[in-house]
Amino acid sequence: MADVKKFLYVNRKAPYGTIYAWESLEVVLIGAAFDQDVALAFIDDGVYQLVKGQDTKEIGMKNFSPTYSALGDYDINKIYVEKESLEARGLTIDDLQHLVWEDEDDDWAEKDSIKIVTASEMAEIMDQSEVVLSF
Amino acid sequence: MATIEVNGKQLEVDEEGYLADLNDWVPEVAEVMSKAEDAELTDAHWEVINFLREYYEEYQIAPAVRVLTKAIGKKLGKDKGNSKYLYELFPYGPGKQACKYAGLPKPTGCV
Repeated sequence: MADVKKFLYVNRKAPYGTIYAWESLEVVLIGAAFDQDVALAFIDDGVYQLVKGQDTKEIGMKNFSPTYSALGDYDINKIYVEKESLEARGLTIDDLQHLVWEDEDDDWAEKDSIKIVTASEMAEIMDQSEVVLSF
Repeated sequence: MATIEVNGKQLEVDEEGYLADLNDWVPEVAEVMSKAEDAELTDAHWEVINFLREYYEEYQIAPAVRVLTKAIGKKLGKDKGNSKYLYELFPYGPGKQACKYAGLPKPTGCV
């Protein structure tokens, strides 16, 4: 298809307290209808967005973290998390949700969507993206 | 805000007829809404409505039509996972109409 661009959505903020994380996720889901090459990056406090076991009862906000599991259904399977940001917050990949997608060309095998990358690899990913949207 | 009457109770709906509070939903909501649109709900309709409610419960979003079609095909069989089948059931659009009957918000990205 013509005009497929490489989109990168960069998420830098904690999930609650501001509307950025949820807005970003909504834009990603809406944008998925346009058949672009989409990737997500989680950097700085943005890595908290993917932490599993979120409970928002006490802050009276909708817990939208289950929605990240739907990204695979929307054919979004490139989710990059910065290694340095995780480490600075005492987190590892085991603290994050296990996000998967099903590969249609491989008998619907479940594959991991999250990839941990270093800051310099992340810079490379940004450099190769044609459209970078920062939230 | 507009309301609809279900089981003698007034439930709030938005300007497009979607339920304001998804916790207000009972099966009769779908019956009342479909009657207003001259549609009759069969088991096939309920299969989709219930599927949407389960999808929302799990992922906290109303899926886009493309995603709904794929997911229905996987869960209920290929003969149902196509837009022809879903549009026959919900001529106003499986996303919009079925989500409305299911008490969900309008699918994200739907205009």
